[in-house]
Amino acid sequence: MLSDQDRIFTNLYGFHDWRLAGARARGAWDNTKAILDKGPDGIIDEMKKSGLRGRGGAGFPTGLKWSFMPKEVKDRPHYLIVNADESEPGTCKDRDILRHDPHLFIEGCLVAGFAMRANAGYVYIRGEFYNEAQNLIAAVREAYETGLLGKNACGSGWDFDLYVHRGAGAYICGEETALLESLEGKKGMPRLKPPFPAGSGLYGCPSTVNNVESIAVAPTILRRGAAWFAGIGRPNNTGTKLFCISGHVNKPCNVEEEMGIPLRELIERHAGGVRGGWDNLLAVIPGGASVPLLPKSICDTVLMDFDSLRDQRSGLGTAAVIVMDKSTDVVKAIARLSYFYKHESCGQCTPCREGTGWMWRVMERMVTGNARLEEIDALEDVTRQVEGHTICALGDAAAWPIQGLIRHFRPEMERRIRARTEKLAAE
Amino acid sequence: MTMITADPKDVPHVGQFAFTPENLAKVEELISHYPPGRQASAVIAVLDLAQRQQGWLPRVAMDAVAKLLDMAPIRVYEIATFYTMFQLKPRGKYLLQVCTTTPCWLRGSEAVMKACQHAADGETFSVQEVECLGGCVNAPVVQINDDFYEDLDEDSITKVLNAFRRGETPKPGPQIDRQTSAPIGGATTLRGE
Repeated sequence: MLSDQDRIFTNLYGFHDWRLAGARARGAWDNTKAILDKGPDGIIDEMKKSGLRGRGGAGFPTGLKWSFMPKEVKDRPHYLIVNADESEPGTCKDRDILRHDPHLFIEGCLVAGFAMRANAGYVYIRGEFYNEAQNLIAAVREAYETGLLGKNACGSGWDFDLYVHRGAGAYICGEETALLESLEGKKGMPRLKPPFPAGSGLYGCPSTVNNVESIAVAPTILRRGAAWFAGIGRPNNTGTKLFCISGHVNKPCNVEEEMGIPLRELIERHAGGVRGGWDNLLAVIPGGASVPLLPKSICDTVLMDFDSLRDQRSGLGTAAVIVMDKSTDVVKAIARLSYFYKHESCGQCTPCREGTGWMWRVMERMVTGNARLEEIDALEDVTRQVEGHTICALGDAAAWPIQGLIRHFRPEMERRIRARTEKLAAE
Repeated sequence: MTMITADPKDVPHVGQFAFTPENLAKVEELISHYPPGRQASAVIAVLDLAQRQQGWLPRVAMDAVAKLLDMAPIRVYEIATFYTMFQLKPRGKYLLQVCTTTPCWLRGSEAVMKACQHAADGETFSVQEVECLGGCVNAPVVQINDDFYEDLDEDSITKVLNAFRRGETPKPGPQIDRQTSAPIGGATTLRGE
């Protein structure tokens, strides 16, 4: 188990003061100038060595992402964009950072912005997080008033402005290019890539979009050294991670733990175990709604990191662990996610716009068994036609939960269809 | 794909809309966050201001926003119908946004939804089913205007709604004995000083 000394988010639950004085007492803004004195290349090099992989779901190496920004600012300004549009079902970790440790995050914005040679950053926070945005705005104001942000930020000679931009309710704006569109005052419809944001992002300028958690851990990594962070977890899956444990556990919670912690240990140590005991477990969605679910047999031993979960044909995603016990109607649980994706599809690409609705309608029939057995294959086939055939990954995200259900719970789907057919025949 | 629409017969006629001087100052401040010529970036925030001032978003308010931000009105209508937080018709004093996505559903959002629907009269309370609110470890969650009410069940949401009815503002956050997102009964980590 991770020791408290190795935890980055020491005010995760808001027991302490989130304002500047409290944050300083916990170590935020401690000699930030010394971090900036490493220079952009020094910072990026250290981030690469730490092995930090993006915490927003895709797991792309953060240092490498920062290095894609042009090495000098030419005619177009550079922008840091932070994705605080936390909307992946199951995920509520960035909310705790924003409301309880905003200064750690703001310091990360300065460091990341400096490393990518940006003089301005925008934090795109989901509109529903009104109170979280108010805390963040208040913390940004404190940072300006004390010279931590603005002209000559932290006495580094670098100017850095940070703006909080509220969204208004659209899951798709968590997709980085949809976020950029929304930030420009348009509907959140994803852009084709390339060009990638580092070449042409916000207002056509070089931009990098990072998740809140990825940014917020940066100052601590740079203060304590890449070796410290890389020493936690497993190779290629390093560091600490915020896990959100929801659903059928005795004590749902957020917790910061070591990457690669066994799923069972995570649930039993921090979330009070599965309701009714471990043997009452049916399935777990290990990384937010978009990743395929895992049946108990895999949950018994699986480790919670990018590579272990990928090997089980699922994913770490945002590390949002959704637990379902044996009382769960698992087909309905996934059908509800299908409805979510239908609701949130932006409507731009035909396979997603039409496919999410089609898949949801068929899933609703699967819940009651009102289908023919061969329709399970047809459903699987349609998920394959949506997956990979859209501009952004929402189509994939809509397809994967259904694929996971068919992979692991096909007998249950068939049982319902047979039961209904037999019932109808008997009447 | 869900586009926010309102049946014209539910939308009362509003003849004109003008921002208050305080809100106009806020609009100026918001526009200053973006580079010159990029004032359209402020559209969501300015629409939100209009909605807070009026209680909902009549078309004249969208037109006023379009004029202020030098945008074609259709571009503003597109925004107002794309993002789910914009209300295109009047609503009750308290908007109950009930999350029913899987993590909330697993912990009993159906009963919470029923209690909210039962209370909805269109004047004090309006109810709306919403997708994941991002408070999953405190499920079920209902957002009432700007605040999250968490760890709800049928009894506790009824108590919350009754308090609003009496003109009180119940304390937001978990409605059980619990500190924010920490486990019930106390944190398993960060217990030292």
